[in-house]
Amino acid sequence: MEIFRIINDFILPPAKSTVAADHDFLFWFVHLASFLLTFGIIVSLIYFLIKYRRKSEDDVTPVITHNNKLEVTWSVIPLIMALITFGWGFQTFLKQTTPPDDAYEISLTAQMWMWQFQYENGARSAGELHVPANRPIKLVMSSRDVIHSFFVPDFRIKQDIVPNRYTIAWFNAIEPGESIIFCTEYCGAGHSDMLGKVIVHEPEEFEEWLAANAGGGGEKPSDLPPAEWGAQLAQENACMTCHSADGSQTVGPTWQGLFESNVTLTDGSTVTADENYLRESILEPNAKTVAGFPPVMPTYQGQLNDEQIDAIIEYIKTLK
Amino acid sequence: MATAEASSNISKVQVRRYKPEEYAEHNYLNVAKGLWSWLTSVDHKRIGILYLVTTTFFFLVGGVMALLLRIELWTPAQTFVDANTYNQLFTLHGAIMIFLFLVPSVPAVLGNFILPIQVGAKDMALPRLNLFSYYLYAIGSLIAVYSILHGGIDTGWTFYTPYSSQTGGAVTSLVFGVFVVGFSSILTAVNIIATIHKLRAPGITWSKLSLFGWSLYATSIIIILATPVLAITLLLLTMERIFGIGIFDPALGGDPILFQHFFWFYSHPAVYIMIVPGFGIVSEIVSTFTRKVIFGYWAIAISSLAIAFIGFLVWGHHMFVSGQASLASMVFSFLSFLVGIPTGIKIFNWLATMHRGSISLRTPLLYILGFLFLFTIGGFTGIALATLALDVHVHDTYYVVAHFHFVMVGGMVMAFMGGLHYWWPKMFGRMYNQAVAKIGCLLIFLGFNLTFMPQFIMGIQGMPRRYFNYIDQFQGLHQISTIGAFVLGIGFIIAIANFIMAIYKGKKAGANPWGSRALEWQIPSPVPPHNFDHIPVIIHGPYDYHQPMADFQLGLATNGHAPAHGAEISAEKQETEE
Amino acid sequence: MANHSTTTPAHLLHHYVDSDQQFDAAKLGMWIFIVTETLMFGGLFGAYIVYRVLYPELFTLASEELDTIMGSINTVVLIGSSLTVALAIKSAQVNNKRNIIINLAITLALACVFMIIKYFEYTHKFELGIFPGVYYEYGGIDHPQAHIFFSIYYMMTGLHGIHITIGIGLMIWLLVKASKNEFHSGYYTPVEIVGLYWHLVDIIWIFLFPLFYLID
Repeated sequence: MEIFRIINDFILPPAKSTVAADHDFLFWFVHLASFLLTFGIIVSLIYFLIKYRRKSEDDVTPVITHNNKLEVTWSVIPLIMALITFGWGFQTFLKQTTPPDDAYEISLTAQMWMWQFQYENGARSAGELHVPANRPIKLVMSSRDVIHSFFVPDFRIKQDIVPNRYTIAWFNAIEPGESIIFCTEYCGAGHSDMLGKVIVHEPEEFEEWLAANAGGGGEKPSDLPPAEWGAQLAQENACMTCHSADGSQTVGPTWQGLFESNVTLTDGSTVTADENYLRESILEPNAKTVAGFPPVMPTYQGQLNDEQIDAIIEYIKTLK
Repeated sequence: MATAEASSNISKVQVRRYKPEEYAEHNYLNVAKGLWSWLTSVDHKRIGILYLVTTTFFFLVGGVMALLLRIELWTPAQTFVDANTYNQLFTLHGAIMIFLFLVPSVPAVLGNFILPIQVGAKDMALPRLNLFSYYLYAIGSLIAVYSILHGGIDTGWTFYTPYSSQTGGAVTSLVFGVFVVGFSSILTAVNIIATIHKLRAPGITWSKLSLFGWSLYATSIIIILATPVLAITLLLLTMERIFGIGIFDPALGGDPILFQHFFWFYSHPAVYIMIVPGFGIVSEIVSTFTRKVIFGYWAIAISSLAIAFIGFLVWGHHMFVSGQASLASMVFSFLSFLVGIPTGIKIFNWLATMHRGSISLRTPLLYILGFLFLFTIGGFTGIALATLALDVHVHDTYYVVAHFHFVMVGGMVMAFMGGLHYWWPKMFGRMYNQAVAKIGCLLIFLGFNLTFMPQFIMGIQGMPRRYFNYIDQFQGLHQISTIGAFVLGIGFIIAIANFIMAIYKGKKAGANPWGSRALEWQIPSPVPPHNFDHIPVIIHGPYDYHQPMADFQLGLATNGHAPAHGAEISAEKQETEE
Repeated sequence: MANHSTTTPAHLLHHYVDSDQQFDAAKLGMWIFIVTETLMFGGLFGAYIVYRVLYPELFTLASEELDTIMGSINTVVLIGSSLTVALAIKSAQVNNKRNIIINLAITLALACVFMIIKYFEYTHKFELGIFPGVYYEYGGIDHPQAHIFFSIYYMMTGLHGIHITIGIGLMIWLLVKASKNEFHSGYYTPVEIVGLYWHLVDIIWIFLFPLFYLID
């Protein structure tokens, strides 16, 4: 079994969910069968090329217009193989997409370009999905803007997230660890930065995490200075996907040295990036876009309360 | 096959064989001079060349965009363009290659040029419509160019809503350009079907129609039935952007998934619009260079139609993870497996044709061998993608990108290049340099594999498509892919340069350099203005290599009235004129 | 119609053997184009079905805003024009050149009547504030998705209207040719294929009319 696992990991991502093994078995069946057939076709092709190469311009070739037996054979055998693969694929697909009744539910909201998770007790996390190992997890997913797609290669699952309707995905992680989340439906400038992490805990550890984050975090934790809380919020709300803190220009303008600086807008005018401008840009991002950047930022109206916005502005002030 | 009753329908004719001059004084190239004479000509051959020049231009534009994309992907973060530019580049690479190159190239270039000659006609059935359809193509592509220069488009070539109805840029005008180009291909398809039905020379029955003709026929049916649905989808998208009609916009009560159904109802059959004419070219070349009767003529002809038909019922396999019902996914998966069968049948038929043939490994056949290898891989990975459980993992990853390029570049472009190398001497009367052509072919083949094989592996490991930044673990494979893309690009440059050189410096090719039995090789090269002085009578099919070469010279019926077009005839008495 | 004479008639293009072949090819081409057109409207009918299934009560409510009388008159007008265009073809076949012109002129007039009635229908709706999409501002229909019905209505009748307008252009073109005596029993291909097109436009309306006006 160990050798199988090594070969498997060489091509496929590590198999970290209960359905991954089923998927991988089918994967190897389809690809090895395909490889054998392709190999057979190529070998006979090369053999014909050598054996039947033109010897003289007067070569006479036989008249073979068709051969019913042969043709039926090479139609029926692939058909049977195709049907087997189809049935097998469908069966595994049902396993991949039908969550068990006792699955633990977490809701996921996607938007440009972040993942937000909400747990039963009101705990929230952004970009990081915390789950217990060895327990089926059911994600109830919706999107705030365009279509996104939730993909965890290690779990062999993928599901589009569509605005105005709910889609579901489920998995059962077999061991504690971390796995990457990709967005696989193109969603604009920050699409390739819309990454996340699944963090699989031991069950007790997960319960502790859940308890520690109960309540959601809409209020400032008493032990944090505003700027540090702002840094945390900027991370959680995926601000940092587009705005760097170190001066590098990505999708949006960097935050380093931004506060109180003069900013040129797309219409050529200049404004000073004071508190009011920053606040307006968070709530109405496309009202005053900085020159040289696409107007692609989603609004945070209704997602951040005043206290949170203040904290983020405090954080921006510290980036000199 | 002919039964006693049927044989009474065969008209007996006396045939006088004649050999047209090897190099006719007038041909379609020198019959009129000047750019204006080209732009206003209704001659199917000149229109074919106009299409060749324009589609090649867009192929090069799309190709340069592909190279820019590959350079950007050299490093995991930004290399030389920003995310927005990158997103525009991949959108335009896809849209230009698909709508302005892959869809029109074979039917409009080779179909226009070769098909009327193969059916023994002097032109396409509706020549003015043919020129009109070229101008629609030209106008549509100019609108597309305008969109590139005025704002660009960053939706991906699939234009998925609601992103495409919200994003900035010139989506509306690009979509309108594609709409116009769509009508151009519809009119070309109308012309092809009318030509095949109404203009076949006496003796060219349905069972003697070239397989290239059959493939174009199947393609045209798909174009006729699918393209209008794309047109209406794009029109709805345009209205969505202008008026916000809300059909596809969830915020207004619409359904974004409906757009995907509409879009793929066209765009999946469109894949067959692109590849099926390629199958036709393969059949022609395999038979010519093995000097052997094609194996399973009817199997190949009918399987094209079968693909055309089943191809309409599989669009949902692009939407296995979109949230459509499991039952729908099951049906679409099942039908997708079925469409693989006729494709497999074709490959076996070509192999069986080579068996016991007299194989001459010239450049066109070399491309077709490349086709067989790459398309087989493209086909099998298609089977993997049709398998529901596997698609969930590799959907929208580089695996899909690689699969699509194996089918489109490895299949269609290889066949197109093979076809150009095959018919070039007929089109321009001159032979290209064989050695250079083979080097070009080899570089294209190697470069292609180097580019796209690593993408399969990346896809399996989870690399999503349309990613500007990627995680570090993929860098090595991305770099191999980028190197391969440049080898591929150099291969194409060599092949194209060799073609252009051939026009000016190539040796005269003669009427029939490959010793083919097909009708287009029995007339002078380059082709005379009206192809045939008289509509010929045809006794044998284009693949009847067991009949003497003399029987394939152009023939005239000498006993009284001419038989009806497309009627079955046999030679009562033949004489050959020296 | 068959033309086996040794002199080539003026209308015959060089690559055809005879007029019959040319006529058949053009007619087949038009039939194929009609298939394409059907599929194009088919897409819109698809959208119609989807939303009618989603919001059945909306379609019943909104349909009452449409003027059944005007719709009925338009239906009669179009059916009449289909008849006259068929008569124009018949006149060409029997070589009655005067009747070709008369029938084409009546068809043209009926097509214009259709568009005028359509104009009144549209302007009446605009006055009420029934605009397509986000510009919709009419409050008379108690349904949150009322704009969708009218978006589909405007798309389908609008596209149909564009077809009628193209038809009007084609009729004028035919009239010019007919007045130059270009059509006769040996050559009337343009009349025939425009006639086919006109029947298609008519048939599409016959589907549109009950689907929008006669819901209850």
